[in-house]
Amino acid sequence: MMKKNVLGLFLLTTLVGQVNAETVFVTLEKDNALAVVDPIAGKLLKTVPVGQRPRGISISPDYKYLYIATSDDNTIKVIDANSLKEVGKLPSGEDPETFALNPKGDRMYVSNEDDSMVTVIDVAKKKAIKQIKVGVEPEGITVSPDNKWVISASETTNMLHWIDTKTSEISDNTLVDPRPRALGFTADSQQLWVTSEMAGTLMILDANTRQLIKTVKFAAQGVTADKIQPVGVVIDKERKRGYVALGPANRVAVINAQTFEVEKYLLVGQRVWNLAFSPDQKRLYTTNGVSNDISIIDLDEQKVTKSIAVGTYPWGVAVKP
Amino acid sequence: MRSINPFFQIIIKCLLLSQLIAVGTSHAATAKAKQIINIAYLTQEQAPPPALSNLDSFIKDKGLPGAELGIADNNTTGQFTSQQFILKTFIVPLDGNVIDIYNKNIAGQYSFVVVNLPATQLNQLADLPATKQTVLFDVATIDDELRNGQCRNNVLHLLPSRAMRADALAQYMMKKRWSKWFLVVGPNQEDQLYAGAIKRAAKRFGMKIVAEKTWEHTFDARKTAQSDVAVFTQIDDYDVLVVADEQGLFGEYLDYRTWYSRPVIGTQGLTATAWHKTHEQWGAVQMQNRFKDKVGRWMEEQDYGAYLAARAIGEAATRTKSNELKPVKDYMLSDQFALQGYKGNPLSFRSWDGQLRQPILLSAPRSQVAVAPIEGFLHPKTELDTLGYDQPESQCQWSKQ
Repeated sequence: MMKKNVLGLFLLTTLVGQVNAETVFVTLEKDNALAVVDPIAGKLLKTVPVGQRPRGISISPDYKYLYIATSDDNTIKVIDANSLKEVGKLPSGEDPETFALNPKGDRMYVSNEDDSMVTVIDVAKKKAIKQIKVGVEPEGITVSPDNKWVISASETTNMLHWIDTKTSEISDNTLVDPRPRALGFTADSQQLWVTSEMAGTLMILDANTRQLIKTVKFAAQGVTADKIQPVGVVIDKERKRGYVALGPANRVAVINAQTFEVEKYLLVGQRVWNLAFSPDQKRLYTTNGVSNDISIIDLDEQKVTKSIAVGTYPWGVAVKP
Repeated sequence: MRSINPFFQIIIKCLLLSQLIAVGTSHAATAKAKQIINIAYLTQEQAPPPALSNLDSFIKDKGLPGAELGIADNNTTGQFTSQQFILKTFIVPLDGNVIDIYNKNIAGQYSFVVVNLPATQLNQLADLPATKQTVLFDVATIDDELRNGQCRNNVLHLLPSRAMRADALAQYMMKKRWSKWFLVVGPNQEDQLYAGAIKRAAKRFGMKIVAEKTWEHTFDARKTAQSDVAVFTQIDDYDVLVVADEQGLFGEYLDYRTWYSRPVIGTQGLTATAWHKTHEQWGAVQMQNRFKDKVGRWMEEQDYGAYLAARAIGEAATRTKSNELKPVKDYMLSDQFALQGYKGNPLSFRSWDGQLRQPILLSAPRSQVAVAPIEGFLHPKTELDTLGYDQPESQCQWSKQ
């Protein structure tokens, strides 16, 4: 009886394991390659060359294509997410680093850091349809889940530009803490979360009034304030918790998304940069630029369960179910 | 006009008058819509120094393009905040009088003045009664005295002092355990000051200066360096040769020619600097590219200092929505002020002496070796204050001025 149960349990877990099998893609800035990881098995499956200095990465809403900004090739490559073959290129403008897709996946917004521009691309036609002048060194960019706003953050101007998706024009600007890096909307599009690398803060803004709701300050034990340089930010679908990568502090902050209290700091790899959820939001994947690995955080347990070596300078991360 | 009859003359006059009124009101409207922040840039032409070699050509305009780039960045922000930053440049001719030009064109007319001048002239300007209601942004001096006994409460210093540079080198030497130093000093007064900072750093970090010599050989060492340097450096063993030669008259000739095979650091070899062409981290590549595209040469230290001066004014004016001295200066010296300087940490001014606290780059000619503060050198407030004169050591008495 006991034995049967154990066997049943074993079968169940393997089955569930298979059902949940997902693939994590990580851009390797210094290796000019893409790492393909099976996070459940905890294995690096393979490394595929993708072009010069790959950084930003996204997957299409239908999970068919990966988009990878190969900065030194001055393009965004379209890669078949199954065969991992290059199937096209998008005219991103010079030195693309970060970009965002709209929810439908037919428009892409690219930050052109050196030219202080945001380029709007028609993904199907592979054409740039507009350039929008923004502040100095635009970097973080995101589209609200309701497709109302594109938000571009300029690092040197310290400003968020609220771009109306209907007109592709800036309709408002908000000054934020110094050197804003990454942005994330809550699933209901009501809040915008913004990290500031220099002030070491997370700002939570009301997306309707564009007013600040709260500034969250981070202070992890044994880490000086200088080392806390927040970068990547994600919030779970239920808006229970948000997660912020703290760069050279080597930690991910866990924030209660209702009270905005910092609940915990999880020690991950060195210079933690970008974050992505597993499709079921039970795990969080982090790219660690200096320790050349990714960390896997079990979100039910709130624990780091694994780290997987992937290659040199892991930068961006995307997940395919 | 004589042929036109009087009636038409009146009509024409009326038209002209109404145009004048229209121009007047539209000017008033733009002035109301945009807040103007006026900034002066003051420097003096320089005679080219004696060239050590033909490798590096003399750069006439170090500083100014940095200020211009900073102003351009401010104005990009200004488009969205209805502020406009205007830079007016005053370049005093070689034989001109800086004080006269200042009194005539700047005094009482500008609250913010970027000054690229030597220490003596800087303090002469700071002491003028008209400068009471002004902040001078010093983008040239590295003198510790100007941050101590000779400090002025209307001057902010953008470049790291000699003490900050020497401390940065000492931290790295300590990490490498290169604790026995051979100090070689040039004959100029600046070299003595640099050597003084090195001695202070050695004491602070427990390094030992095992020998000190003054360079007395020829300055056209191209011809005789091989024999001169070998003989000159034949002393008891040491770990590293520290050279104090700020004008670069002989320091380049030491490396590879010393009696023992020891590295050279200081003003040549491994140098401590605010900015360097080898610096790429923390978005610095973008800064280097933007500067090179605009100016056609690498960004020098004074360019970086002037860029930061313009950006500091921009950041404080944007945050305070003001173009007035007091709110802008108060904000700059407050805890909220955090300036992005492409060196990882946010930059801010030390409240006790007006020195910009900042990381210091340790650079070899073609590679970045380290960035100080070196990991492990701790400070209760900010590790940046492990470099240079910390508050308890400072002899600057701003509040009493």
